[in-house]
Amino acid sequence: MSRIRRLNEIPREELFTSGHSLCAGCGIPPMVKMALKAIDGDKVVVNATCCLEVATTLYPHTSWLVPWVHNAFENAAATASGIESAMKVLLRKRDGKKYKIIVFGGDGGTFDIGLQSLSGALERGHNFLYVCYDNEAYMNTGIQRSGGTPLGAATTTSPAGRVIPGKPENKKNLMDIVIAHRVPYAATINPAYPTDMWNKFAKASEFLDKNEGPIFFHYYSPCPVGWRMDTSLSIEAARLAVQTRLWPVYEVDHGKIVINIRVNKPKPIEEYLKIQGRFRHLLKPENKEVVERLKRYIESNWNRLLKLAELGSIY
Amino acid sequence: MSSWPVKWEELPIGGVVDKPGNSLEVKTGSWRALKPVIDLDKCIKCLLCWVYCPDNAIIRRDDDYVEVDYEYCKGCGICAHECPTKAIDMVEEGGE
Repeated sequence: MSRIRRLNEIPREELFTSGHSLCAGCGIPPMVKMALKAIDGDKVVVNATCCLEVATTLYPHTSWLVPWVHNAFENAAATASGIESAMKVLLRKRDGKKYKIIVFGGDGGTFDIGLQSLSGALERGHNFLYVCYDNEAYMNTGIQRSGGTPLGAATTTSPAGRVIPGKPENKKNLMDIVIAHRVPYAATINPAYPTDMWNKFAKASEFLDKNEGPIFFHYYSPCPVGWRMDTSLSIEAARLAVQTRLWPVYEVDHGKIVINIRVNKPKPIEEYLKIQGRFRHLLKPENKEVVERLKRYIESNWNRLLKLAELGSIY
Repeated sequence: MSSWPVKWEELPIGGVVDKPGNSLEVKTGSWRALKPVIDLDKCIKCLLCWVYCPDNAIIRRDDDYVEVDYEYCKGCGICAHECPTKAIDMVEEGGE
């Protein structure tokens, strides 16, 4: 698919239908709809166990109009590797068909449980696109903390109270782990910047055509239920995450880091925290230290990214 | 109407679902408490609501104006919040 400048250039035809049971205001479908449209040609979707899987394939219904395969939490990338290898053998031995493989996994299935199979698949260099949609906890099983949960967020296994002020640890930097595999293309995407998201998927589609995989996308997926906020604020939260520099939107194209959304005047992080119930306790005076820690983390992360972008190429 | 098999013998082998996209039978509009109402006089055809709607409940017409599909709209209100011209109002279901 070609790059776009305006949203009316996006084709009408949907490959992901209505009637799924994802919560009202869920941030996942805007990305899935766009991925299936922007990645042209035949495709196979591999789905790790996650919100998206359990809510779109309630037996005997399915919301998918593309071939789709179920997986356990830990082996989505391994299944994708197998499908890709089988496709290559069929292409060589008889009249096979070339198609593109897209994996969708949640943050629990990517940051924690499926990390080793993802690492293996990235290292072996299979030609596929892995999209981790990050709603920052195990939402589908009841909002337990994951490696993707940010510092200070209250979850059911890191409840804010007298003992701890929400999750005491910082978020794992998954993009750095992926970049360490020297993948051809990796990027972060955000629903508040749909044209940027589309163009990255279109670029990924071109790379898949040229067998230049693996490709990794890290998607910021707002979750009104788990983040304890109003359903209408999903995209607003995503936008604030970028504008407070908490979620830098950047890409790594063959080692060259480009920051796609330059945030010159960041908004105070409190604006992002105050709309979400999971961070409400951080605004109390006794938790000021946690907010300061979060601010230091954001600043160091952003400055490090700026320096890496100046380097030109990091591998 | 429902594709739920009556007897186990009717299940496809392996329990595969052989009707792609049949979740369209599930009318999620019954989840809704507030419903979006679009004022087309204010619509500037930016299509943000169409891109953001998690339920494909915004129908993009041939002329790029939009309509709401109340069979599937869950009433989350993202469209009303994101609309740059505030052309979408959330009104209480059953009101009027």
